[in-house]
Amino acid sequence: MYDTSDIRKGLKIMLDGSPYTVVEFQFVKPGKGAAFTRTKMKNLLTGAVLERNLRSGERLEPADVETKTMQYLYGDADSFVFMDTTTYDQVHIPKSTVGDQSDFMPENINVEVLFFNGRAVDVSLPNFIEQKVVEADPGFRGDTATGATKPVKISTGASINVPLFISIGDVIKIDTRNGQYLERVGRA
Amino acid sequence: MAAARAALESRGRILRAVRAWFEAEGFLEVETPSRVRSPGQEVHLDAIPAGHGHWLVTSPEYHLKRLVAAGLPRVVEICKCWRADESGPHHATEFTMVEWYRANAPLEALAADCEALIAVALRAAGRDPASCGLAAPFARTTVRDLFARHAGIRLAGDEEAPALREAARAAGVAVGSAEAWDDVFYQVFLDRIEPALSGAGPTFVFDWPAPLAALARRKEDDPRWVERFELYAGGLELANAFGELTDPLEQRRRFEAEARVRAARGKDVYPIDEALLAALPRLPPTAGIALGFDRLVMLALDLPDIRQVMAFGDA
Repeated sequence: MYDTSDIRKGLKIMLDGSPYTVVEFQFVKPGKGAAFTRTKMKNLLTGAVLERNLRSGERLEPADVETKTMQYLYGDADSFVFMDTTTYDQVHIPKSTVGDQSDFMPENINVEVLFFNGRAVDVSLPNFIEQKVVEADPGFRGDTATGATKPVKISTGASINVPLFISIGDVIKIDTRNGQYLERVGRA
Repeated sequence: MAAARAALESRGRILRAVRAWFEAEGFLEVETPSRVRSPGQEVHLDAIPAGHGHWLVTSPEYHLKRLVAAGLPRVVEICKCWRADESGPHHATEFTMVEWYRANAPLEALAADCEALIAVALRAAGRDPASCGLAAPFARTTVRDLFARHAGIRLAGDEEAPALREAARAAGVAVGSAEAWDDVFYQVFLDRIEPALSGAGPTFVFDWPAPLAALARRKEDDPRWVERFELYAGGLELANAFGELTDPLEQRRRFEAEARVRAARGKDVYPIDEALLAALPRLPPTAGIALGFDRLVMLALDLPDIRQVMAFGDA
């Protein structure tokens, strides 16, 4: 068990049955009362943030959570298959757990997988990926005014809006958090 | 994060203005020992050892009351106090307290003092009290009203701890493992009351429940509550005032009860201040107050961290 003196950023604790990670904390103390730690925590399953005033001496249950670096291998009907990069163990993670971010999860990419009580509950991609453009309409002229864009496809099948000068074979940098094109980094 | 030069200059000006105000009000500025055998016995204050059975003061209150009992009706001290393990945006282990006593004056006189001092500090910092929402008179409310309004809890003041815990739980407060009356009380206070006070203008909170009496006397018309107020302004707990308890027997009982709780919780137990108890029979009806000077400067300069108003806040 932890107590409030163990609280620091990134500490993983159980609260009301869910695992939380400490985002921020602050010493507070009413003049004539016990010391408290005002703690902002993020629910590791839902991302919801809540604030709790934890009284000094309050016991905190450690959350059985673990983050592993895993390589994405391939997808099947309803799951994605990942391999632990140190043990080579493979796990199937439901597509629903990965969600829409699979658009930016090309094969062989390394991701961070969060396990809670031994079960994979969240997959985090790197913030940026570099991908080759595999499909672009050569005849697409778009609006030639400054800032005009056209859609292209990357290997995952995701469609990205890019500037008109991008063509098939170009390698582009994409922000996985919002799917936005950032820059051209070269040609494959 | 030590203070910027401008903050230190303002702090110096505020200190001079505060001293001048006390002098004009007829107060005698005194100095009392920093190193004592009997620091405050309060359960939630821990003193720092100072060698040979001595401790650094957590507040100069015991000595100041002895001076009032000895016949000085208006005394003020501006001094360093130390509280172990208190460090945060509003707390520094070593800090500066302004503590003053008015013999034969009601608690309300100290509230008026606070209103005047905040105006003094703001003007010394070049700010106008009205334009920063700190013009007198400040709001006045009671602990009972705040609990009813912001937590939906009817505080009786003399309910047993389990009853208060149940009421807090029913109101949706996460009380955790808190079982002591004051622990449940402050969980509600921090979760529900303080956020409301932080968003409000300066407010005096009067009439604290008897279990939080500390050194305050019980109200004559209703002994479930004591003569005590706290001043909240700008999200800061700025001052704590008592109608001082003058009954040496009740004071001894409270000291002994606090010592028992300290012992049960494995904390240092300090010797009871017999000199204070011996002086209490001579203490006239007196109102006394402690105000955090660093926090007053924070308020006057609108700075969020106590280290921004201390020259060596990282010490």
